[in-house]
Amino acid sequence: MNDMSKLPRSRAAKWTRRGFIGAGVLAGGALLIGVGVRPGNPVGELGPKVASGEGEQLINSWLKIDADNVVTAIVPHCEMGQGAHSVLAQMLADELDADWSLVKVMQAPTDGSYVVTDTIRMFVAAGTTDAPDWLEPTWNGLFTKIGRLADGLITGGSSSIRTTGQHTMRIAGAAARQMLVGAAAKEWGVPASEIVTANSMLSHKASGKSAPYAQFAAAAAEQDMPQTPKLKAPGDYRLMGTDAPRTDIPAKVNGTAQFGIDTKISGQTMTYAAVRRVPVPGTRVAKMDASAAKAMPGVLQILNLGDFIAVVADSYWQAQQALNGITAEYTAAESKIRSSTDQSAAFAAALDKAGDVGGEEVIGKGKVAEAMQVAAKKLSAEYQAPYLAHAPLEPMNATVWVRDGKCEIWTGTQVPLFARSAAAKALGLSKDDVTVHHPIMGGGFGRRLETDYVIQAVRIGQATGYPVKMIWSREEDTQKGLFRPADMSRFSGGLDAKGRLVAYNNVFTQRHDPQEACDCAFYDIPHKSIRVAEAELHLPFAAFRSVDHSQQAFFIESFIDEAAHAAGRDPLEFRLAMLGGSPRHKAVLEKAAAMANWGAKPAAGRGRGIALTESFGSIVAEVVEVDMTSGKPRVTNVWCAADPGFAMNPDGFRNQMEGGIVFGLTAALHGEISLKDGAVEQSNFHDYQLMRMNECPAIAVEIINGNHEKLGGAGEPGLPPAAPALANAIFAANGKRIRALPIAKQFA
Amino acid sequence: MVKFTINGQPASVEADPAMPILWVVREQLGLTGTKFGCGMALCGACTVHLDGQPVRSCSTPIAEAEGKAITTIEGVAGPEGELSKVQQAWISEQVPQCGYCQSGQIMAATALLRDNPSPSDADIDAAMAGNICRCGTYVRIRRAIKVAAGLEPAKGAAQTGEQAA
Repeated sequence: MNDMSKLPRSRAAKWTRRGFIGAGVLAGGALLIGVGVRPGNPVGELGPKVASGEGEQLINSWLKIDADNVVTAIVPHCEMGQGAHSVLAQMLADELDADWSLVKVMQAPTDGSYVVTDTIRMFVAAGTTDAPDWLEPTWNGLFTKIGRLADGLITGGSSSIRTTGQHTMRIAGAAARQMLVGAAAKEWGVPASEIVTANSMLSHKASGKSAPYAQFAAAAAEQDMPQTPKLKAPGDYRLMGTDAPRTDIPAKVNGTAQFGIDTKISGQTMTYAAVRRVPVPGTRVAKMDASAAKAMPGVLQILNLGDFIAVVADSYWQAQQALNGITAEYTAAESKIRSSTDQSAAFAAALDKAGDVGGEEVIGKGKVAEAMQVAAKKLSAEYQAPYLAHAPLEPMNATVWVRDGKCEIWTGTQVPLFARSAAAKALGLSKDDVTVHHPIMGGGFGRRLETDYVIQAVRIGQATGYPVKMIWSREEDTQKGLFRPADMSRFSGGLDAKGRLVAYNNVFTQRHDPQEACDCAFYDIPHKSIRVAEAELHLPFAAFRSVDHSQQAFFIESFIDEAAHAAGRDPLEFRLAMLGGSPRHKAVLEKAAAMANWGAKPAAGRGRGIALTESFGSIVAEVVEVDMTSGKPRVTNVWCAADPGFAMNPDGFRNQMEGGIVFGLTAALHGEISLKDGAVEQSNFHDYQLMRMNECPAIAVEIINGNHEKLGGAGEPGLPPAAPALANAIFAANGKRIRALPIAKQFA
Repeated sequence: MVKFTINGQPASVEADPAMPILWVVREQLGLTGTKFGCGMALCGACTVHLDGQPVRSCSTPIAEAEGKAITTIEGVAGPEGELSKVQQAWISEQVPQCGYCQSGQIMAATALLRDNPSPSDADIDAAMAGNICRCGTYVRIRRAIKVAAGLEPAKGAAQTGEQAA
């Protein structure tokens, strides 16, 4: 490292600012974006949108450098706690050789220029991500077009780092570094190959010259954009693979972080809307009596919008008080499903109809029926999981201002371009007349992939014409949204004379995403039939953290455990014996078992369960220890081993595993949305319980780092093994097999 | 007219005496660090200190603040913005994920450590069980409280982590 790289920030600022003024350059500098990013991107147009500060130089779509030598990474993905903003910047900064203490993150505007091409590509055509280099520009162009058409600015699927991070942010950083070096080489009259970059400084040893990046930012923007910048090999990483501290945390400990619900509109008086949706999906408000509410203080407007009632008032509390005073009657529901028992009956009917061979086969392998016939031992089991509410701690909310044929929206969303289109459609406006600002989210978990609450807010805003902030009560959030679906799954299995699982027959009712969630392909099972027999869902669907894995992992890994016990084998040994063809899975399972000291007998009254899953590209095994001495389950420990290929920020990855485990255990122990008269019964955190500090076990996480180029996700993969590992632990402790969730009420 | 101090500054507001402190603080005083989570004192996101005692501001009427001192997350740091030990530990242990509950968590932890400078795990459970973190950062909150209490060394936010082989 060069001494000049330790140049104090104030000094760098002084002479780089002068350099900027001399050059007379502000934002701008149209450049092509390299391979893997987007050829032909209109950077010149982007300048005014993202680099309007004094002395800011946009180097390419994804980063700018200001006169104080601060690098700002312009990040397209949304931040909901998963840490993507910071890690994406970390990846860009590493390739740029930037000083992490001088890196900032900016949320990319809600603009078609920032569609997440590579994420779209992973979702719609995973095979093309291994395309040869010469095809890259074609694929990128195609998927950028698809992305723009499909409003592809999405944060979900544990995908940000492994798609946008790997294939956009790193390339943007590397290309910018090469451009800065090129500019310095020209100015200094030295070969580019002799220039060293580190900590946002350029230096040339032989001549003794050195300068902060800021000095060459304007000249760099004039350079040709390298089409294939050289990316670092893992051995050269300085920031990637380290616990670089998250850029968003300081604002989250002093109260200054701004969430959607905190929106203020400069110079405008805010009004507030409280809302009540119809209690049963698909019904309408038939009659409303708002006479008492009208007279209440602060009330500005009362709206009956058919599928919901809204009260707009000077304060949110006044709006909610007035709403509480409104009585209403609703039209009759069409759905025959009125209770959770009805919902289960609908599932059972679909599965009965499918029988052993019916429904649609998703995975078929070998000859299951024949293998089952000759099996030495057979077993069968039926499992169920309930509906769940996402319950992010920041309730659904959106602030809107609809006026003069335009609409401006401030809301936490995982899909800002969908939100823009949905609002435009609801208002009869063109997309260009709708502006969406999306601050950080107080949790998403899939709930904010939906735009229902944004549409609701703009309909209110259309009626008011003045700025209004709509906030859902916790009761609305628990009862009236979209839900992780309930599901039922039936298995039968056959063991051969040696106790090996040779036949596996499974049918379930819910198939949403991703398809591989219904399988355990890493286990070597010769004869398999996995089928779906779809059944009516009463409550609307929304993706929930880990989506189908959230139910399927419980079903599959519970059944594998039952098979192990039926075979008279240790559950770990039974699984390891089926992992001959999956060495990475085997290593992960062995690691978790070693962390838990699996072979040692737990204390009296305690049991240990194990589960292995692969989701969103990451392999995760968890061992759960449960204490049943009080007669009720108390989870004491979770040991988690994970192989994401490579963890870009190991501490951040561990934080996501810890969170996923708590999320999974919360659902397993307590999570249940049940139906009565067609409506959700639960309403707030007293009857929809979330795990609290006093219930939270000790959690140990270890990462297996294989330096793989293909990365797995972080946000979701920690969740799936938690429920089956807990259920299997309870069986180990007291012999009670859990076949339905949630667990806690079964021991009440 | 209700009179009180907010983060050391005198304040007076015209509000329905039944209006919860939460909405006065957020909407009238513009201090949005205190969060709305449940409205029924079940989640702790709205925790503030009233004369030093942690209270759920979503369920405490502003009338109860008459003549008292309200402290919110914005008032935890020193006059020059220097972070409290609890806030520093929240950074060194990289506690927050979405961050929405963390104002309330920090207010609860601050009150705990003032009354009990060396809390046991059971003390932490008792003091913090009213604060939900949907992201599930409890193991880090627990560690950060111990770090702030000097019971455990800070991990150090800038530390370079080794990945397990």
